[in-house]
Formats: sequence, structure tokens, C-alpha cells
Amino acid sequence: MKRDAQEMSLSSRRITRRALMLGGLKLSVGGAILARMQHLQVEQADEFLLLAEENRIKVRLIAPARGLIYDRNGVVVAGNEQVYRVSMIREDADDVGAVITRLRGLVKLDEDALQRALREMDGRPHQAVTIADRLTWEELSTVAVNMPSLSGITPEVGLSRVYPLGPDYAHVIGYVGRVSERDIEEAETPDPLLQTPQFQIGKIGAEKKLEDLLRGRAGARRVEQNAAGRVMRELGRTESTPGSDVQLTLDAGLQNFTQARLGTESASAVVLDVRNGDVLAAVSSPSYDPNLFVQGISSANYSKLRDNDHRPLHNKIVQGLYPPGSTFKMVPLLAALEAGVMSPNETVYCPGYTTVSGRRFHCWKRGGHGHVDAAKSLRESCDVYYYEVAQRAGIDRMGAMANRLGLGVAHDLHMTSVSEGLIPTRDWKRARYNESWQVGDSINASIGQGFVLASPMQLAVMTARIASGLDVSPRMVRSVDGVAQPPGVTGPLDLNRSLLEQARDGMYQVINARGGTAGRSAFELDGIKWAGKTGTSQVRNITAAERARGVFRNEDLPWERRDHALFVGYAPYDDPRYAVSVVVEHGGGGSAAAAPVARDIMLYALAGGLPPAKAYPAGQREQMEQFLAGLPLNPALRRKPRSTEA
Amino acid sequence: MSYLEYNVARTPAGLHKVLALNWALILLISAVASLGFLVLYSVAGGDWRWAEPQMKRFILGLGVMFIVAMVPIWFWRNISALAYAVALVLLVAVELFGTTGGGATRWIDLGPVLLQPSELMKITLVMMLAAYYDWLPANKVSHPFWVLVPAAIILIPAALVLKQPDLGTALLLMTGGAGVLFAAGVHWGYFVAVFGSAGAGVTAVLKSRGTDWQLLKDYQFRRIDIFLNPDADPLGAGYNITQSKIALGSGGWTGKGFLQGTQARLNFLPEKHTDFIFTTLAEEFGLMGGLSLLILYLLIVAFCVAAALRMKDRFSALVCIGIAIAFFLYFAINMSMVMGMAPVVGVPLPLVSYGGSAMVVLMVGFGLVQSACVHRPRAKGEGRLLRR
Repeated sequence: MKRDAQEMSLSSRRITRRALMLGGLKLSVGGAILARMQHLQVEQADEFLLLAEENRIKVRLIAPARGLIYDRNGVVVAGNEQVYRVSMIREDADDVGAVITRLRGLVKLDEDALQRALREMDGRPHQAVTIADRLTWEELSTVAVNMPSLSGITPEVGLSRVYPLGPDYAHVIGYVGRVSERDIEEAETPDPLLQTPQFQIGKIGAEKKLEDLLRGRAGARRVEQNAAGRVMRELGRTESTPGSDVQLTLDAGLQNFTQARLGTESASAVVLDVRNGDVLAAVSSPSYDPNLFVQGISSANYSKLRDNDHRPLHNKIVQGLYPPGSTFKMVPLLAALEAGVMSPNETVYCPGYTTVSGRRFHCWKRGGHGHVDAAKSLRESCDVYYYEVAQRAGIDRMGAMANRLGLGVAHDLHMTSVSEGLIPTRDWKRARYNESWQVGDSINASIGQGFVLASPMQLAVMTARIASGLDVSPRMVRSVDGVAQPPGVTGPLDLNRSLLEQARDGMYQVINARGGTAGRSAFELDGIKWAGKTGTSQVRNITAAERARGVFRNEDLPWERRDHALFVGYAPYDDPRYAVSVVVEHGGGGSAAAAPVARDIMLYALAGGLPPAKAYPAGQREQMEQFLAGLPLNPALRRKPRSTEA
Repeated sequence: MSYLEYNVARTPAGLHKVLALNWALILLISAVASLGFLVLYSVAGGDWRWAEPQMKRFILGLGVMFIVAMVPIWFWRNISALAYAVALVLLVAVELFGTTGGGATRWIDLGPVLLQPSELMKITLVMMLAAYYDWLPANKVSHPFWVLVPAAIILIPAALVLKQPDLGTALLLMTGGAGVLFAAGVHWGYFVAVFGSAGAGVTAVLKSRGTDWQLLKDYQFRRIDIFLNPDADPLGAGYNITQSKIALGSGGWTGKGFLQGTQARLNFLPEKHTDFIFTTLAEEFGLMGGLSLLILYLLIVAFCVAAALRMKDRFSALVCIGIAIAFFLYFAINMSMVMGMAPVVGVPLPLVSYGGSAMVVLMVGFGLVQSACVHRPRAKGEGRLLRR
């Protein structure tokens, strides 16, 4: 094929021209690219540099270790334990279903928790969500070894609250749990810690009340992380500040004994140190294991606790309100003596009842007590004597005295929902029922019935104040981080000491004199004796018909209609150190159901260990020794009784 | 006058061919490739895992280029039609027996190697078109019938590639082919008409959104939205481009320094060692680094075009121009893409991005340019050394 030169040069020139045009086009595109590069890299450089840093550097919180809680002797009541967890970032997992299946082959997964975790992941696919908690070290190692086939999975080590003494302290310190939406709303200053996964917050009891002290302050790590959120290196670190350690005034040994002594009864007991208000024991029975709540309680377990008629979840120490019954009688007595409307030696005749404005008020003793003076009124717990006292002193004086002795007042304790109880006043009745105060109301109030309600804690405070003559307020926290907290006593009670002597004398006779209602609960430990007052409070009305027929005995009634049994006491009677209050719900009579419990608790407190048999009257020793040996005590807390000074 | 009328004896032969190679071009190519090794080493976090195989491939590519260059250019012209036909058959075969990977069917499994016919087609299309215009008398170039023929030559493989689907390669084939047609002297009116109707078509598609004659699916429109405004979905579909711009922008004038880029090392960049490698270069070496690469690229294009202008026959000239256009399109589209000026279409940065096929195909292309340079008939007195 031959082509003429003209055609060749034509096409050659054309190609050259077009090639140069194309070259020009390419240059201009190159120029555009350069302009764009310059725009991004020079004009917008600062902005993009900032974005790159934001990409790279993240601040991660370091959760502080929660402060420990000790008893007064340094026994750990609330501690922290290492727990092994497995968390998952959904975005990092290739196939969530497959990874979970593989994981299920390696460790036991709780299906409920897993479903919850999967739902949580929907909301935050870029964040780590715990999918298995409380693994064993072996399980964690298995997961760690299989990491390559478990994309998105990270094994973790964290701290979790643990209550080594189990149920003993459930009502005193409560428990912690995972942060709920409500916790976040309630927080005054939103602590970013609350948002960290697996963070625990005090839910109830001292754990909640002392939350600010116990929580500590978060530390922070500035980390460089990659696009998947994996930390590549740490750039800086501020350590977290652990929460403060709190020492309680409670004594783990006494607490354990008290819990065991109350047994399966629906009951509550409080022991106070009358010299400084220290709460040495505060027990609500039955109790529950707070550790169950830390891990998230199963609904089956929860409903078992909730539906129990002995109400294990109810903190009877400060929330349980009972008519104090005869344990209240010191209040009207002191009110009348102080007002001078009654003198200690003056006698009132008790025929078994009294009639006030046409209504008959009965004494618990059908045949009556005959002539009754102040000491006998307490010793034999004569009701008719107090009906007279009530009429002479009036509700205003009785109510004021009750308040001065710590009743009808919410004490400032580190527990949640501390109840105020109820000491009725004229105004209260008008506001509540729109009725005026009747003398019958005063009569009922004088024997701790009617409207009067008090908690076991309040009864213990009342007893401590009577016993010591000091303005005892209960306190639960002894020191925070080694710094002693102010004592619960600031000075003497504004009450004549000789009047208190009258009440104390009566209480001494309750136990130690012939005819005393708690005579069977007497003890003598190295010369130490004690004093107290029984109480039996009705939870039902006794109709005239029943009274005529003969009042039902408690044993013949269904449990929930039986009387509450109460007892308050202190020891040593001549130099008071401990005050105790015991309430046994529907326990029957105070002298039979509550006084022996109070006695044993008091003996433990005095002896600093298991009550020695020699303290009991000779006839009871053998039986008591057996009984005490059979109590389910925590062996770790068992102490030899210390010898009390003679 | 065809090259056949030249005296063959006046072209270099034997060892003289080596001296006749376009050494400046080889130097430029090597410079770009070396820059690529450096960036690959950095992207891997100071590791040879990508740079080393890439070096081996480049050396292999240089060998291939050398072999192609040693073979006379007229041999390549003579087999152009055959090569094109083979590539076309392979493209059809891919459609029927291809291996699927990453949602697209692009490869034919030939036992030891995975063959990607669309890559082959990039070279054979240029060869075919150059051979066509070498054969076609110059006065018929703009005749409608003789324009339709090359149009079909371009559109048939482009359609097959588009179906795989591989929009990037299809665009490369169509623009590259159109560039050869333009260089061959086809009347500019055709180009105005094609680009005009393409523009009108795009406008129509965009206008159709939300009407009953909507021309694209909703998700396709969303992709267009993301291209136009990647910040609207920074963690989703716009993630690549947003992160890429952050890497580029944070480089500034002089960059963060070698091995100091954070975006790639921390995996914020997708495809950091393949399509998006330019961002790391720009992050670590800044505007200066990006500009240097751009200048090197433009110089390579310029050397190819300069070589084309010295060619005596149309095939050699058009092949050189065609390769230059293809090479230019590679880097122009890639750079525009990572800087958010063009949609993300999966075009690698030539000679720098990690990957074998593109590298080998490019080196074959440069081999053709070299062959044209080597076998260009010299006039009397020119290249004295080269004469036997």
C-alpha cells in the first residue's frame, strides 16, 4: 500500500495540531488538580489538621475503685473484686451471629443478658458492650486465645462490688447496681463516669447515701485510636482517685450474732453505744444477699423476695413502724413527773380497768394491779396507772417528751428512707382526720397504742437517752479515710437527772425485781446487770364480745394477727454503756418473744463474743449453752469473749 | 507514505536498539515508581509488606516493557486487530465464566493467574484504533460511516466492562478512545455533539428525580448526593472521601513528614494502599509532594506526546498519544476522586497504587511507546551513533 506524500503530511500536521490541543487540555486539567490541592492543603489546612487530630485522639475515662466499707474493727463489709468480662464492639465484628455462636462454644453465656446486650448494641454499634460478665479466669483465657476468630470481641478485667458478709449488712449498707436512666436524671452534676459501661452506683442504703464519698474521681487516658476504635498507644494519663474508705460504727461480730439470733422471725434489732451514739448493730430480719443485686437479680429470685410475707426487702430498722406498746411508758411517766402532775410515790388504784367519759379502758391484767406507784407501774406494766397519767399530763406534754427522747423525729442516718414515725398532736389529728383530740386518744397514746408509731432505731435512741441522760443521736459512720466523724453526743439531755433515775429504777425492776415482767430474762455477768422494758402491741382491736368471752391467746391466732413483741433495755444498769431495742413482728408477748433476744444480744455486746453460760440463771445455763452453740454464726467473725472487768 | 516505504536499514538494529530507547521516559517512570515504594512503605506503617512485592512487579514490568520495545512497532501494528479481537472474546468469556470478587465479575481464572480482560482491553483498544486510522485514508476520517466504525470499536468493549460492573474502566475506555479519535483528526463537531448530548442526558437524569419518569433508582441518586456533598453522611458512604480530604488537608505545605501521617496508619483511610494512596503521599509530603508527583506525571505525558510528534507514521504517533491519554486519565481521575472533585470510581494511581494488573498493563503501554521510539526511521544524519 502506497500513500502519497500529500496525504501523509496532511494527516501528520493534523495529528500534531490535535495532539497539541489535547496537551493543552491535559495541562489545564493538571492546573485544576493543582488548584484543588492548593485549596485543600493550604487554605483549608488548619481545619483539616484539627479534624485529623479529632479523629486520632480520644479521651477515655479510667473508672476509680469504689471506696471500701469496713466495720469498726476493720473487717471488710463492702469490697471490690476483680471480674472478668467479655465485651463486643458490633462494628468490629464481621458477622455478629457467627461470633456469638463461636463464643457460645467457648464460654457459658447467660441468654437473658446476651439478648439485653444485643439490644443495647443496636443503639451504640461503635461502643463496647459487655456480653458476658463474671467469667472465670480459665474462660477468659480461652476467649483470649481464640481472639483471632472472634472479631469485635475484647476480654476485659474490671472491678465489681462484693459484700463478703452477705445478708448481714444488706439493710445497713444496701447495694450497688448498674446505672439506670433514673440515676442519670437524679444526678445533680452529670458525672461522665455514669456513662461508662459496667459502672456501679449506690442504689440503696449507705451505698447510696455515701455515693459521693465512695465513688471517687475518674482518671483519664488520652489515647490514639484507629478507625476501628482500637487503642494504638497512650499519649497521656491522669490516674483516677479512688473513693474514700468508710469505717462504720457497726461491729461485724455483733451484727452477725444479732442476725443469727433473730433467725427466721420477721424482726429487727438495734444496739447503740449510749456514750456516743455509735450504732453497733442494726439488723432487719429476714435479710437477703445484696450480691444478688450487684450482678442483676433474676426475676424469679426477686419475686421470691418481694412476695415473702416476712418482707425481707423492707428495712425494718428505720422504716418499720410499730406501735411501741408498753416500751413507750417511760415517756408519759417522765412527762408527768417533770410537769409535777404526778409524784413518784403517789399510787393509783388499778381494778383491771378504768372508765373515762363513759368508755371503759382495760388493763392487760384482768384482775388489776391494786395500788400502783411509779416503779411498780413500769415493773408490772400497769396500764390503768398510765390512763391516769395521760389524763393528768395531756398529749402536749407527752408528745413533747417523746420528741425529746428521739421519737417522732427522723434521725440523720446514712440509710435511705429513714422514717419519722408518729407522735400525734392535736394539730396532726385535725389535719389528718378533721377531728378534735379526745381524752381517749391520750389514753391510748400513753400505753404506746393508738396513733403512736416508732421504729426500732427510735426506740433504741429513746432507751439510750434515758439510760445515759445524754442527747444521743445515732451515727453509723465512724471515720472517712481515717478522719473521725463527729460523735452522736454533744452534751447532757435537758432533763432532770433525778427524774431519769425514777424511770431507770422502774426499768431495773422490770428485770431484777419480783413480779417484773421480764424477770425470766435477767442475767448477771461479772456483776453487771441490766434494765429494760417489755412491750406487747396489738395489731387488732379486741372487741367487747371477745373480751367477755376471753381474749384469744396469740398462739390461737393466725401469724399476721398476733401481737408484736417489743423490748428495750440497757446495760450495765448502774453505768449504762449499751442500749438495745428488739421488735419481733407478731411474736406474741414482749417478755416471752423479745426480751430473751435482747438479753442475748446485750450479753454478746458486753462480753465481746458469745454470751458465757455463767451469765444466765443457773436453771437456764445448759439450755442456753446448747441454743447458742446451734446458732448459724459466721465462723470468720467468731471471737472469744473478752473478760469484762469485775 | 507508510513506514513500509522507509528503508528498514535506517532504523536501529541489534544492540543499537537499547541506545535508541527513550531513556528520559524510563527515568521518569522509575522516579514515580520509587516515590510509590516510599509511600507504600509508609502506609504499611514502616513495613515492606506492600513495597517489596510492588518493587518486584515493577522490575517485572520493566522487563516486559523492554521486550515489547525490542519488537518492531510494525509487528504490533499487524497484530492489533487480532489482539483486539482476543481481548473482546475474553471480555465476553468473563461475562460467561468469570470469577466474581468484590461484587463484580472481572477476572478469568487461568489456573496460576487471574486474567483481567478489561485491563488488556485498555491497551488493545488504543492499538486497534491507531491501526484503524493508520489504515484509513486521511480524507475519510470525518466521514460519518468511518466515524461510526471506531465508535463501535470503543462502545462494544465499554458496554461489556460496564456490565461487570466497572464504571471506572468503562469511563477510561470511552474517554481514552475518544481521545484517540480526536487526535486522529475526527471533526470536532462530533465531539461537541456527543458531549452536548451527554450533558443533556445527565441533566435529564437529575431533573427526573422525584417525577414519574425517574431514570435512576433512589440509591443511585443518593450516591450522586454523596459525591456532591460527602459531609452529609460522613460515617456512611461519604466516609472515604471525607477521611481522604482530612488526610490531604492536614498535610499542609510540607506535610507531616515521612512515616508521620496519622490518617493512614490508624486505618481511617479506606483502600489506603490502593486507590487512596495519593492521600498518604499528600499527608506526609504536603503540597510539595503532591505537586512533585503531578509534575512527574505531566512530564511523562509530555514525553509521550513529544515522541508522538516525531513519529513518521500514524500508527506510532496515535499509539503514543493514546497511551499518553490513558495514562493521563488514570492519574487525573484518581487525583480528582480522592480530592472530592469526581465520584469514587475505582481508578488506581498509575505506577504508585499497590496492584499488579494496572502496573503490567501500563508498562506494556510504555513498551509500545518505546518500540515506536526505537523503530522510528531516522533521517540521514540523525542519530549517527544508531546507524550500523
